[in-house]
Amino acid sequence: MRWRLSVLVPVLVLAGWALLSVFAQHLPLQPDHINLESLLLPPGGDALLGYDDLGRNIGDRMIVGARTSFLVAVWVVSLSLLVGTLLGTATAYHGGWWDRVAVLFVDVFLAFPGILLAIALAGLLGPGISNVVIALTIVGWVGYARLSRAQVLSLKHREHVQAAEALGTSKWRIIRKHLLPLMLAPLIVEATFGIAAVVIAEAGLSFLGLGVQPPGASWGAMIRDGTRYMLVAPHMVVAPGVAIFAVVLSVNLLGDRLRDKLDIRMMSEEKNRS
Amino acid sequence: MLTFILQRLLGALLVIFGVVSIVFLLIHMIPGDPVEIMLGESASTTDREALRVALGLDLPVWQQFQQYLTGLLHFDMGNSIHFRRPVSDLLVERLPATGLLTAVTLLMTLLLALPLGIIAAVRRDTGWDAGAMTFSMLGISIPNFWLGPVLILVFSLWLGWFPVSGRSGFGSVILPALTLSTGLIAVLSRMVRSSMLEVLGEDYMRTARAKGLPPQRVILHHGLRNALLPVITLLGLQLGALLAGAVITETVFSWPGVGLLTIESIQSRDYPVVQACVLLISVTYVLVSLLTDLAYAWIDPRIRLGGGQ
Repeated sequence: MRWRLSVLVPVLVLAGWALLSVFAQHLPLQPDHINLESLLLPPGGDALLGYDDLGRNIGDRMIVGARTSFLVAVWVVSLSLLVGTLLGTATAYHGGWWDRVAVLFVDVFLAFPGILLAIALAGLLGPGISNVVIALTIVGWVGYARLSRAQVLSLKHREHVQAAEALGTSKWRIIRKHLLPLMLAPLIVEATFGIAAVVIAEAGLSFLGLGVQPPGASWGAMIRDGTRYMLVAPHMVVAPGVAIFAVVLSVNLLGDRLRDKLDIRMMSEEKNRS
Repeated sequence: MLTFILQRLLGALLVIFGVVSIVFLLIHMIPGDPVEIMLGESASTTDREALRVALGLDLPVWQQFQQYLTGLLHFDMGNSIHFRRPVSDLLVERLPATGLLTAVTLLMTLLLALPLGIIAAVRRDTGWDAGAMTFSMLGISIPNFWLGPVLILVFSLWLGWFPVSGRSGFGSVILPALTLSTGLIAVLSRMVRSSMLEVLGEDYMRTARAKGLPPQRVILHHGLRNALLPVITLLGLQLGALLAGAVITETVFSWPGVGLLTIESIQSRDYPVVQACVLLISVTYVLVSLLTDLAYAWIDPRIRLGGGQ
């Protein structure tokens, strides 16, 4: 991958996002400090991004929000990847009844349009960051299960797998040594796009008031608070919106690049259903 | 063809049964006592018991499920705790708004995504292509709940062209539909582009050009018609995303549809309504996917022959 601008900028954006999130706790931030004299003050002076409706420093809250979205993204994508891949791989390789039940299960979960089930789950489980992770993982694992299933189906009749089977290698070892390494590339690409989806979903849930609770900060919740003061203080909506947009766009750009680089064509529906 | 239809119908029925089961189980996933959460701690014991019986929570789970299924078959989805009315009445009231929003969104999407994708494909590797694909990339990355408020700020508050929120007159549907369609336009125009690019290289396109047909006719009549097949499938699949997106978009614009009802009932802990909304949206999605499959097979015989075997 040549370090062109279209790669360099997204990498820098994501690196900044990750670093800020990891080190947020060690920075001298005052995200919850209420300063009544600075209510809704626009950017400038001592606060780079201005103050919100409670007189809190928006810049500081943005960094805490970055941490929220980063943690949720890392947790949800890792858990979904783990659960989805294990389930998809094991059932597809094993075949038979297990596989049919798994397919039906996946189809049922796919029948819920995207974030809708997450909204309902987060609403029922009650607000909070761990419930957001649970809700988004319950929705998220399906994509990886479907992808790894399609991969296994196309790989399991390859000669090297048959050779391993003939040698009496255990199923688990075949999956680990002969299937998973070959499935890695498409899964990585899927997980990359998954990060973008989770960042938007987390912000969406928080926007609806189902995510992180006050005084915790989330970019989505900051947008929701800002919409009430849009005429007098548009800066409240601009900063978190631009941040979400920048992170998601960077992830999508890198995902596209990665897909071209690893030369993965989109899995066709027919292949998935066979 | 008949075998194919039956197969798909049976599959869809199984999936719908699964969806119903999960939606039924949702209410059992609430940590703690749902009745207490719905009524609050101050409610009297008689009220609690009354609600418990009304929700059927005093019965064994399998019996509750049986009751739930029987109710659904009679379009009885219980009563709203908050509005004290049948849930089905609420849904019937809210459906037209969501229907209108979805229809206008789809129309906008097709009107913008098709030309965008076609131009990008025909003028491949030019400024047009780059512009269209940049727009598409931006569209995928912009969240509804941000685009919506920004559009309200610019077009309603500053310019005063459209109402800020709610449903009043035709103008009020424009901004919500624009918000909802942006992501869809982005995805669809990419698909149209790649599908067109594939078709443009076909022999019959060269033949059509060689026999002197005007370029427009070649592109629209010979090209687009063949390129549309995968686009239709994608549109069917994306409708789910559109319906789910409507939940957020309707909230942003206070658009009185099923999506807003979902959020309102989550906030007021009106769980029978939440269940019904999720069920309605998901089942609609399953049915649309089914119709897309069937339409696709009807348009392209290769599918049904392959699938029917």
